[in-house]
Amino acid sequence: MTPFSRVTGVVAPLDRSNVDTDQIIPKQFLKRIERSGFGPYLFYDWRRTKDFVLDRPEYRGAGILVTGANFGCGSSREHATWALLDAGFRVVIAPSFADIFLSNCLRVGLLPVALAEADVRRLIELAGSRPGAQLTVDLGTQSIHAPGIDLSFAIDPFWRDCLLNGWDEITLTLKQEAEIAAFEARRPDWLPALTSPG
Amino acid sequence: MTLTLAQKLWDRHLVRRVPAEPDLLYVDLHLVHEVTSPQAFESLRLNGRRVRRPDLTLATMDHNVPTAGGRERADAISQRQMQALEENCAREGIVLYGIGSPRQGIVHVIGPELGLTQPGMLIACGDSHTSTHGAFGALAFGIGTSEVEHVLATQCMRLFRPKDMAVTVDGSLPIGVTAKDLALSVIGRLGVAGGQGYIVEYRGSTVRSLSMEARMTVCNMTIEAGARAGMVAPDEVTASYLGGRPYAPSNWAQARSDWDELVTDPDASFDRELLIDAEELEPYVTWGTNPGQSVPVTSRVPAPRGEADERALAYMALEPGQAIQEISVDRVFIGSCTNARLDDLRLAASVIRGRRVHPKVRAMVVPGSAAVKRAAEGEGLDVVFRGAGFEWRDAGCSMCLGMNPDILAPGQRCASTSNRNFEGRQGSGGRTHLLSPPMAAAAAIAGHLVDVREMAS
Repeated sequence: MTPFSRVTGVVAPLDRSNVDTDQIIPKQFLKRIERSGFGPYLFYDWRRTKDFVLDRPEYRGAGILVTGANFGCGSSREHATWALLDAGFRVVIAPSFADIFLSNCLRVGLLPVALAEADVRRLIELAGSRPGAQLTVDLGTQSIHAPGIDLSFAIDPFWRDCLLNGWDEITLTLKQEAEIAAFEARRPDWLPALTSPG
Repeated sequence: MTLTLAQKLWDRHLVRRVPAEPDLLYVDLHLVHEVTSPQAFESLRLNGRRVRRPDLTLATMDHNVPTAGGRERADAISQRQMQALEENCAREGIVLYGIGSPRQGIVHVIGPELGLTQPGMLIACGDSHTSTHGAFGALAFGIGTSEVEHVLATQCMRLFRPKDMAVTVDGSLPIGVTAKDLALSVIGRLGVAGGQGYIVEYRGSTVRSLSMEARMTVCNMTIEAGARAGMVAPDEVTASYLGGRPYAPSNWAQARSDWDELVTDPDASFDRELLIDAEELEPYVTWGTNPGQSVPVTSRVPAPRGEADERALAYMALEPGQAIQEISVDRVFIGSCTNARLDDLRLAASVIRGRRVHPKVRAMVVPGSAAVKRAAEGEGLDVVFRGAGFEWRDAGCSMCLGMNPDILAPGQRCASTSNRNFEGRQGSGGRTHLLSPPMAAAAAIAGHLVDVREMAS
């Protein structure tokens, strides 16, 4: 995972709650066997409707998305986070995130920032009233800055350190080999196992 | 110390716990399918890693498989995904029940029917509806592709313990009301984010009286309320379902006595509790674009409460105040990991027997697995469905998510036994109404959404 420390970028508003991963990346684009190339299909159906906010030229190249509660609900498809990253987003700010989406974000290096509803509202208004306005999101100091705006956010320290250092979760877990092997040795013997196809 | 079922299951799988870190948990069964795994296998290979426990990993093809005409009907990219899964499984020694196998089917249907899903296990799969397996008193988590790779490499997952929620349902389900209606009612009450950060345990006399198939429907839909997992404590119903299945424990007596411990202790407390009186439930239908937007079939399209509702109504082309039963449908889909097991097909067939699908409706049954299809044919259900004018298809996820050729055309309206009515879920521009199998069957006959209780009389 690419380390994440600090991002300054244009903030784009998507003022909707319960945005599901089917909207973020529709199913017809899940057939790729690579992790890249999903960006052009981000919010595919919405982008084909007139006046979709993210199509406004001021938000082109935006790096920060600010949106409504329960962002990323529904399907577990990690392709949703790949599509956001591929389209240039490094941060998503919302009042809350769906559990699996949040877990996916932390593992791919897309920073999920949960803020109080009122603070999200301020940022949505900033992005809407001053299109092209920039924000700085600093993971090390857990803070967000723009002219007239200074906010702080909470994030779990374990995942913060993983993001800051770009640590690979598998490498971390493989260091626990002794404990994993010990656990395996004490598993009940009636649990099912598949026989190898040979 | 008194513990909830979820806490007991969690503790059983604890490999490592250190302060300020997520727990490391052991995965007893990892289910893999063609859509969310290729990038995980690829990355594993690029890092020079192998699958740690191929013997605890099972793969199938379900998401993009055609349900008529076999593999050749799939588009080139879907075929490439299927081929990638075959190559990955062959290289890593993973059992694959691919297209054409008598054991192929939707991943959440075949795990239970093979007896691989058992009480006390921790099950992971790169699919949100993994919550289904909780019906057996297992901890079952849907995960993304990075976590799939992590489980392949380490057989573990890393999680902070969610909170505990009890959903207690007491009383008898009224006639015509199914587990799907209970699930829609729970989501309606909690909202689509109400379960965020929780494991839900379903309890109470109603839940005890549900079949395993019905419990799976309820646990399956738990993710639609935003919860991390759903579960039901195992009992006699669970044991009699599992007995005699291919992977049922050979040391049956020992397993049974172990399962007896898998209950929430009498004094254990939950972080949140929801009580439901089963007798008050009705058949529900969704009117909007998320599974929390449902109303009883006897009611009307509600007035919008805010911009999100207005957008949903516009997408669904519905007017507030319109009677639900006046909404006509173009398509009917009976299928998905929510409602495509033998019990579901029996319930639907009982409504259809002796009737015809409305001439304006195209209706389709997609059994949840090849085994469900064979069993249904064994008791003549295919004859009932075909005779009424339904298409009788091969197993797969099909029109639940429309990754295969089974999709809605823009503007088409579908009565569907699946789990998500998101915009475009069943095909770009398509409109989905979620309901139970008997309600879907009734809609196919009537040509519009209809109260199945009226049809029966």
